Amino acid sequence: MTISNLNLVGTLPLLFLSAWACGLLLVDLWIPGDRKHMTGWMALSGFAITFFWVSSNLGQREEAFGGMLAIDGFSNLLHLVFLGSGILATLLALNYLKQHDIERGEFYPLMLFSVVGMMIMSMAKDLIVVFLALEMLSIPLYVLVGFARTRADSEESALKYFLLGAFSSAFQVYGIALIYGATQATGFAAIGDAVAISGASPLLLAGIGLMLVGLAFKVSAVPLHMWTPDVYQGAPSVVTGFMSVGAKAAGFAAIVRIFFSAFHSLAADWAPVIVLFAVLSTVIGNVAAISQTSIKRMLAFSSIAHAGYVFVAIVPGGYGALSDFAASAVIFYLAAYGLTNIGAWSVVIAVDHADGMGSDISNYAGLARRSPGLAAAMTLFMLSLTGLPPTMGFVAKFYVFRAALAAGYTWLVVVGVVTVLISAYYYLRVIVVMWMNSGDGQVVTPRALNFTVGVTAAATLVLGLLPGPLMAIVESSVRGLF
Amino acid sequence: MIPTTYYLALSAILFSIGVIGVLVRRNAIVIFMSIELMLNSANLAFVAFAREFGTLDGQLMVFFVMTVAAAEVAVGLALIVAIFRSKASIDVDAVNLLKG
Repeated sequence: MTISNLNLVGTLPLLFLSAWACGLLLVDLWIPGDRKHMTGWMALSGFAITFFWVSSNLGQREEAFGGMLAIDGFSNLLHLVFLGSGILATLLALNYLKQHDIERGEFYPLMLFSVVGMMIMSMAKDLIVVFLALEMLSIPLYVLVGFARTRADSEESALKYFLLGAFSSAFQVYGIALIYGATQATGFAAIGDAVAISGASPLLLAGIGLMLVGLAFKVSAVPLHMWTPDVYQGAPSVVTGFMSVGAKAAGFAAIVRIFFSAFHSLAADWAPVIVLFAVLSTVIGNVAAISQTSIKRMLAFSSIAHAGYVFVAIVPGGYGALSDFAASAVIFYLAAYGLTNIGAWSVVIAVDHADGMGSDISNYAGLARRSPGLAAAMTLFMLSLTGLPPTMGFVAKFYVFRAALAAGYTWLVVVGVVTVLISAYYYLRVIVVMWMNSGDGQVVTPRALNFTVGVTAAATLVLGLLPGPLMAIVESSVRGLF
Repeated sequence: MIPTTYYLALSAILFSIGVIGVLVRRNAIVIFMSIELMLNSANLAFVAFAREFGTLDGQLMVFFVMTVAAAEVAVGLALIVAIFRSKASIDVDAVNLLKG
């Protein structure tokens, strides 16, 4: 391998963030225990530098590490989603960790490592890299989920997440082994060539199925969603907000890249499976969310349902001319979901108390009177998660359904719209409780949290009213990639 | 020379034993060992294919899988120890605070 196709220059933002994470682990040793928020601020500056670095060069199209990594509009836009969720979650963590008495320095480097894993995942053009990136983002998350240790629910959710995550990644590795056996290759381009010549063999299809198990677990698609409510409920809320956006977006990035480039010619074989994931996730996620009394479990089932809507956008990817359209719909949906969801989790953090009380939907009663700004923002987030105008969630759902319609999946869109109606019931219930019931629970709103809520609410609203510029950026960066 | 299919059959059997172990056993350590068995059955498949094709990609992958498995062990055992400290048990049926 020569230096030129290693392309270290193209991957500099990634290398910088990895080096920053390693450096932070060392620096943290010299920071006294009562001033760990300094580590947080350093992590934040690492995220921010990388964010502006990546956003200054969105349109590049390069390859690195001998064609194993792609640096293009698709990966760069998703990098912004990962880094943005990292920035917002770190801001929330600054106060959350102190308030819950779990302020330990290693939290922030773990988050940086996890984001590095997500970034590599969206660049991967080789199954070996997909596997490594998946583990690199997951292993820090296992630790972060159990970060509030000695609190039984955090430990328990970490064990569940870890055992099921390792189980599903074992399926994925075996799937990769079978794909390697069927095509003699692990790179997407070489696999694509081999598949185009030899077509589908049972060995290859078994491999694809097993690999999809690992990825569908990460994005919590039904029927691999069992862990989601428990983990989202037990994990520290900052971590939940972070992983519900980052890990999901990374999983979908890998699915899009693998299925749109390596297995493009097998669309007739994998499209029905993706449709099945879409239907099951949207229906079961939304129906199960109705009966939840805990807002954390409700948001967990909502995240399962949202995974289903992203699958709706992936379905048209098998239709040659539509794959760019599908990829940009996926990116736009993930960005909208990410902004809205982190905003909603920040409100959850504000209402949540250190003793674990305050996570019931009934605790939101009277929020509008005590803290009108917070309630207005939460209203906006709930509307956006439902997919009602004038929010970004509406534009994203519109975009996704338009892609599915273009591919001729009218019935799938009908299922999607019906499930959106079902979801309106439980999202709007939160709004009703906030504005119409009276209650006297306390909220904790430090400045960083107000900032996060403000930024996400403003972005949800502005990008809902004026989605044009962002859509144009997304479409022009993805054009011609798949 | 032993045919590649024999190796693949063995790896499929090991993988199935691993899956059954995860589903049937209730001790967190044993479940974890079953997962390791699944990973190693994939390693066997990789090596068998790599020998069949005469390429190195498969052998390379094995090193990565072993490294990742080691990292997972470090995190997993730490979690299990933490659970054992607070519950004095690592039976996964006893870990039932959160209703799923």
